[in-house]
Amino acid sequence: MSEHQVLLEAHAVAKHFGGVKALHDVSLTIRRGEIYGLIGPNGAGKTTFFNCLTGLYKNESGHFIFDGVLLAADAPHKAAEVGIARTFQNIRLFGNMTAIENVMVGRHLRTHAGVIGAISRNRATMAEEAKIARRAEELLHYVGIHERAHDYAKNLSYGDQRRLEIARALATEPKLLALDEPAAGMNGTETEALRVLVEGICKDGVTVLLIEHDVKLVMGLCGRVAVLDYGEKICEDVPSVVQNDPRVVEAYLGGSVA
Amino acid sequence: MNGQVRKAVPWQRHWLGILLIGVVLLAVPFVAALGGQAWVRIANFAILYVFLALGLNIVVGYAGLLDLGYVAFYAVGAYVYALLASPHFGIHLPFWVILPIGAAIACLFGMLLGAPTLKLRGDYLAIVTLGFGEIIRIFLNNLNAPINVTNGAQGITLIDPIRIGDFSFAETSTLLGLQISGPQKYYFFLVALAIVVIIVNVRLQDSRIGRAWQAIREDEVAAKACGINTRNIKLLAFAMGASFGGVAGGVFSAMQGFVSPESFSLMESITILAMVVLGGMGHIPGVILGAILLTALPEVLRYGIEPLQDAIFGRSIIDPESLRMLIFGLALVLVMRFRPAGLWPSPQRRRELAESSD
Repeated sequence: MSEHQVLLEAHAVAKHFGGVKALHDVSLTIRRGEIYGLIGPNGAGKTTFFNCLTGLYKNESGHFIFDGVLLAADAPHKAAEVGIARTFQNIRLFGNMTAIENVMVGRHLRTHAGVIGAISRNRATMAEEAKIARRAEELLHYVGIHERAHDYAKNLSYGDQRRLEIARALATEPKLLALDEPAAGMNGTETEALRVLVEGICKDGVTVLLIEHDVKLVMGLCGRVAVLDYGEKICEDVPSVVQNDPRVVEAYLGGSVA
Repeated sequence: MNGQVRKAVPWQRHWLGILLIGVVLLAVPFVAALGGQAWVRIANFAILYVFLALGLNIVVGYAGLLDLGYVAFYAVGAYVYALLASPHFGIHLPFWVILPIGAAIACLFGMLLGAPTLKLRGDYLAIVTLGFGEIIRIFLNNLNAPINVTNGAQGITLIDPIRIGDFSFAETSTLLGLQISGPQKYYFFLVALAIVVIIVNVRLQDSRIGRAWQAIREDEVAAKACGINTRNIKLLAFAMGASFGGVAGGVFSAMQGFVSPESFSLMESITILAMVVLGGMGHIPGVILGAILLTALPEVLRYGIEPLQDAIFGRSIIDPESLRMLIFGLALVLVMRFRPAGLWPSPQRRRELAESSD
C-alpha cells in the first residue's frame, strides 16, 4: 500500500479513564475512498476512539497521522479544519436553529467574514453569505431533506435529524466523515436509505469511518472492518472474514452463551 | 429565518413604523422637559441603559455567557474619559478621541476577563465575572496611593462635557429658534449612539459570527466539532460587549461631570442583566423595552408613590423609598413568574423555555 493511498493512520492510541482502560494501543489504517467499519460490543471503546480522533478527548499515548500530518490532540476545531467531520451517537444538532442554519454553521470553517464584514455588510460579505446559503441548500438536497429546510432542527423526525447531522458534517468539506452509529433507532426502510446515502457520499470522494451496531449494515457497506473489544482491536479484515472469526463471535455472544 | 419574516412586512408599513418611532424619539425630550429637566435626564439614562443592555445582550443573549461583572467595562470607559478630560491630570482631549480609546481599553479588559473563563460555563462563569467586576471597583476605590490615579472614593470631578468646537453639551443654546438644554443635547447624542448599537446588534445576529455564537449557546461540543474555534468566538463576544460598555461609560462620565467607584457597584451589573433577562434575552426590541422599563419604573414610582399614598390614606403610611423598591422588586418577581422568557421574547427563546419546562 503506497503512502498516498493512506488517509488515516492510528498508532497505538491509548486512553484511560481513571483505572479503566477505554482504549489499549489501538492501531489501524484507513485508506482513501473506502468505507471502514468499526464495530464491537457496547463499551468496547468505539466512541472513545472517535472522540480521541476528533480531539474531544486527549489520548494518553499514541497518535494519529491524517493525510500525512500529525493531528494535534485536544483541539476539535483543528481536527475539523484538516478535514475530519463527525456525527454523534446521541444526535447533537443546534435544536433551536433551522435545518438550513445548522448546515450554514457547518460552513463557518470554510468562510471568513468577521465582525467588520458583519456590521458593514460589504459586498464581499453579502456574496459570501449568499454562497453559504446556496451551499447549505445544496447539501440539504443531497441528503434529501430540503423540504424541511426552514423547520427547526428539533422538530425533524429522528431519521431526518441523522441526515441533517450528516449534511452539517459535509458542509465542513471533510476528507474523512466519521459516523457514530448513524442507523441507531432506525427502521429497515430508513436504514436502507441511509446505506444508499453513505454509499453515495463515498462515491463522491469522501472516505467514511463508520461505527455501527447494525452488523448487517456494516457487512453490506464496509470494505474493511475492525472489531474492538474491551478497548483492544481483536480483528481487522474484510467483512466476510471478520464475521467468522471466533474471537469476534466470542466478543459479541460472550462467554456465558458459548 | 428572520430575513424572510421581515420581508413579509410591506415596505409602506415598514417606513410608517420607522417614521412613527422617529417622531416619538424627537418629541420625548421636549415633552419630558414640560415636567422639568430632571425628566429629560431620566430619559437620557433610559437610553444609556438601552445602550448598555444591548452591549450585554451580545455576551449573554447571543453567546449565552452569563456575565455578572459587566459594569466593570462601564467603569473602565467612565474612568478613561474622566482621566483624559478633567483637571485631575490636566489632560483635556476631545470626546471623539477619548470614546474610541475608552472602547479599546474596555475591549482589552473584556478579553482579559474572557481569557481565564473560557472553560467555565453557567454558574461558574457568573461567579468569576462577578469577582472581576468587584476587583475593578475596588481598584478604582484604592488607586489613589502611592500615585493618585483615580482619586479613590472621592472620585473625579469637573469632567469636561462633550464639546464640538464651541458647541458645548453642558449649556443651553438656541438652535433654529429652538431652545435646547444640555440634557436635551445629550439625549440626541445618546439616541444616535443607541441607533448605532441597534444596527450592530441586528447585523451581528444575522451573520456568520452570530450563527457561531448561537451554535455555541445551543451545543458547544457540536460547535467545536463543526470547526468553530470556540475560544476566539467567545472572546470576540466578550470584547464586543465590553467595548460597548466602554463607550457607555465615557458618555456617562461626560454627562454627569463626575465619577466615583460608587456608581459601579454589583447592583448596577445586576440591574443591566435584569434588563436583558426581563425584556427578552437575545431579542433586540425586548432588551430595549426592558432597559426603558427598568430605568423609568423606579423614577415614576419615586415621584408617584407619595401623592398616591396621600390620596388613598390621607398621609404617608410607609416610607416612600422603601415602598418604591418593594413594588419594584414585586414587579420583577411577577414578570419572571408569568413571563419567564421575558416581556417581549424572541420566538426562539420562547421555544427554548417551553422545551425546558416540558
